[in-house]
Amino acid sequence: MVWVNIIIQGILVGGLYALFAAGLSLIFGVMRLVNIAHGDLIVAAAFLSLAIVQASGINPLASLLIVVPLAMAFGYGLQRGILNRTLGKDILPPLLVTFGLSVILQNGLLELFTADSRKLNAGLIETASFPLLPGVAIGYLPLLQFAVAVIVIWGLQYLFYNTSLGRAFRATSDDPETALLMGLDQRKVYAWAMALCLGVVAIAGVFLGIRSNFDPFMGPGRLIFGFEAVIIGGLGNLWGTLLGGVVLGVAQAIGAQINPGWQLLAGHLVFLLVLAFRPRGLFPKVDG
Amino acid sequence: MNTTITRSTTASRVSAFIALALIAVLIVAPWWGTTSTLRLVGEFMVYLALASLWNLLAGYTGLVSVGQQAYVGLGSYALVALAMFAGIHPLLAVPIVGLAGVLVALPVGKLVFRLQGAYFAIGTWVVAEVFRLVAAQITAMGGGSGTSLPVGVLRAMAETKFWREASIYWLALALGVGALALVYGLLRSRVGLALTAIRDSEVASSSLGISISRIKYAVYVAVAGMTAMIGSLIALQKIRVSPDAAFSVNDWTAFVIFIVVIGGIGTIEGPIIGTIVYFVLREFLADLGSIYLLILGALAIVIMLLAPKGIWGYVAARWNISLFPTGYRVNEKD
Repeated sequence: MVWVNIIIQGILVGGLYALFAAGLSLIFGVMRLVNIAHGDLIVAAAFLSLAIVQASGINPLASLLIVVPLAMAFGYGLQRGILNRTLGKDILPPLLVTFGLSVILQNGLLELFTADSRKLNAGLIETASFPLLPGVAIGYLPLLQFAVAVIVIWGLQYLFYNTSLGRAFRATSDDPETALLMGLDQRKVYAWAMALCLGVVAIAGVFLGIRSNFDPFMGPGRLIFGFEAVIIGGLGNLWGTLLGGVVLGVAQAIGAQINPGWQLLAGHLVFLLVLAFRPRGLFPKVDG
Repeated sequence: MNTTITRSTTASRVSAFIALALIAVLIVAPWWGTTSTLRLVGEFMVYLALASLWNLLAGYTGLVSVGQQAYVGLGSYALVALAMFAGIHPLLAVPIVGLAGVLVALPVGKLVFRLQGAYFAIGTWVVAEVFRLVAAQITAMGGGSGTSLPVGVLRAMAETKFWREASIYWLALALGVGALALVYGLLRSRVGLALTAIRDSEVASSSLGISISRIKYAVYVAVAGMTAMIGSLIALQKIRVSPDAAFSVNDWTAFVIFIVVIGGIGTIEGPIIGTIVYFVLREFLADLGSIYLLILGALAIVIMLLAPKGIWGYVAARWNISLFPTGYRVNEKD
């Protein structure tokens, strides 16, 4: 029963990893951009929520109503102001610019909020749980987190395949020049994709802050988790990304149970094993 | 009209002469410099070497690695292990460490080469994280808090403090100049020609029979071996290793990337200029702490957006000069 519990908790944590990964997957799909600052943006969203909570006293979950739109506006501006200029054949400029952005965000947060570990306090929901099986209790917060991840992924999937914005995303991804001929300004399409990505990042940041302590330097670690979830799940498959997050969460939970020092190591090893034996991911996209 | 084809120019002959004179002056530094001079030059050489090697990877083969700290840390840990447990003389251990770096890079390269472009970058980072976490599990070497090089090892290296400091310094000089010479020599060779062809057009070069993936893989492995040797030098300079310092992404990759971007990526001179700029900036701004890093990050972004070839790229294009020529130029005489 101990192991059942560990695996279930691992699955629920996987939802958070899928939230880290969904935005990464989205912008890679639309514009082949890998944002090295992705993790730092997640942490920045957690700090933004913290500032709002401290100033107004509202629940961090309610702060999402402010953090998400602000993050989306920032993402739109970031793409139009900086990142659009870096996109082209050469992969170096976007990589190095987002790397610079990552260092700026880390040290900017350090200046604003010091290196102290912080946490968002969401109240009773953090500790409340219900028993599922004897010895297996499900916390409401991890469950909510997982449900939100499923909803976000479902929402992105719906948006991609059933809306005109999603059509614009797919068209620009397939052939930017032809899409431009049809009147789609790729700069705006990319900016909307980044705005959407930052919306997901904001949700991920707030849940991260409620679940655990955070400090200005934990961004790169979150980027790596998200990246691993994307690769384990298979590039270009959003539901696969969710499953990739779950695999990563379970691997870490099992590793931690064997030896606390192995928690992160176990996750990385599963990622490397997938890379070695199933380089297209466990759930590769079926083209059709 | 008479045309000749040459490699060297007046500028390159002058700079070769200055470089040789500078190296001669630096070789005798233990007799004219203070301990802090030696430390500074030693650290300069570490960054010069790391920047030149990263530039070879990213600027010439398009392999943007964010995980070179994997090999720096590996080198540091391997040197300390060889000295502590096998009793090997530290200076003798350095080439062995280089070999170890190559042996580790062979399978690791196979693995990370499955990822393309930016995903390759993060993949190398994951590998470096794995190395760091594994190093933190080695209880014989202090686990997460690391260990110091035993005094006996240092004593065995050289009798007096002077010779100890001098030999670590010479090692730094040899590796710094050696890395530069390696990159320069490689780019002037057939491999360099192939690399330039790949950089200009992968399709055209592969149609001419260049095996792109094999050359990239070979460069990755060679750079890993050299980086591991620099890691072993760093362990000797710091006299201790710990997982967080030896595998630091900031110290051994972020700064190095900034140096190369600011100096000029894809040029041999770029990393030299970048390292000088980095040390000058650090001298004046390091007291600012995190603000200094903010400035460095912003500078790298601005340069990437406005002058993507960096300081040297701008200078070279403006005045058409090359201090370390790798190509040929046509001179026309009447």
